[in-house]
Amino acid sequence: MDDPYKILGVTRDATADDIRRAYRKLAKRHHPDLNPGDAQAEARFKGVTAANDLLSDPARRARFDRGEIDASGQEQAPRSSWRDHADTGAGRRYSAGAGDPPDWEGDEFADMFSSMFGQGRGRASDAPRRGGDDRYALTTAFLDALNGGTQRVILPDGRSLNARIPPGTTEGQVLRLRGQGRPGVKGGAAGDLLLEIHVASHPLFTRDGQDIRMALPVSLSEAVLGGPVEAPTPTGPVRVRIPPGSDTGSELRLRGRGAPKSAGRPAGDLYATLQVMVGPPDAALTAFLQGWTPEHPTDPRPPTEPPP
Amino acid sequence: MITLEGVLIRIPDLPAPDLERWIVNDWVRPDGEAGSYAFQEIDVARIRLIQELRDQLEINDAALPLVLRLLDQLYDLRRSLREAAQSRRPG
Repeated sequence: MDDPYKILGVTRDATADDIRRAYRKLAKRHHPDLNPGDAQAEARFKGVTAANDLLSDPARRARFDRGEIDASGQEQAPRSSWRDHADTGAGRRYSAGAGDPPDWEGDEFADMFSSMFGQGRGRASDAPRRGGDDRYALTTAFLDALNGGTQRVILPDGRSLNARIPPGTTEGQVLRLRGQGRPGVKGGAAGDLLLEIHVASHPLFTRDGQDIRMALPVSLSEAVLGGPVEAPTPTGPVRVRIPPGSDTGSELRLRGRGAPKSAGRPAGDLYATLQVMVGPPDAALTAFLQGWTPEHPTDPRPPTEPPP
Repeated sequence: MITLEGVLIRIPDLPAPDLERWIVNDWVRPDGEAGSYAFQEIDVARIRLIQELRDQLEINDAALPLVLRLLDQLYDLRRSLREAAQSRRPG
């Protein structure tokens, strides 16, 4: 065995701290469980460990320095390492897939290798293989995503096809077009085309889960007197009744006028928030307000905390 | 089968609360329930590995799960490679 000082890369007058630091640095690099299958790393780790065992014990270090024992005198009895277990079938007990979220599966490697090596069914290049999936982003109009529709998609390879957008499609949803991905090899099936949907915004409507929200402008007299008005909805205009005495911020619910029923989710509602529009100056209205004393005076700006 | 006490006898410098925490963290996976854990040789080797990583290589509790996870993936990979290589052999 070589000189333990040389193995650790320290001088003969190194302090205990120097030796410990040098050992940790080398042990991290050569630890056999971190370098499975690397015989050199394993040999170096053994040497480093033995050198440290010798030099970290002041009595034994002194005996070595005096030449009473040689460097290989005291090798630790070998004990089974993690690798001896983890490299066998028993190692599955600690497979990274077990007990973890399903985003990583140890089986993935097995699938990968069996597709790489053809699982022993002749040479891989002879076996039919399914084509890969292609993935693209597709921006759809708000109302197409909500009500469903078809959209022409032109792919980077020049092909064009019609993608059917199902009603109630949401931002980030992925549509799978079977057989429209990359062609298979040796008679294998074609892969799929995956379209990740991005929904463009709409000037009137915003989506809130299954519900739709919108602002509904009303005139001063519609708000005060109430009455039927025509409101736009994602499926076309409908007549809604404004209750008398409504105000800016009053909310009307139009049941079932939100996102349509889809994939187990019930249809949503449309919420219209009223916005009172006073309109252009009007002489009669001005004259009326000048002579008007409110029945119940209210402050539209209630006082906040007084300044200190 | 090895009991929790058996493990603590075989690894004398291992504080019991450390081992219990590692089990709760799922770093060590004995059979059975708390109070009646049953360890196998692989679990003892696993405990020694964690102890070495922590005490000798100074990998702290925050980094340990990452290191263990990468190691587990590495060994999964080695196992899969070996199995794939074996299944290719004729006969």
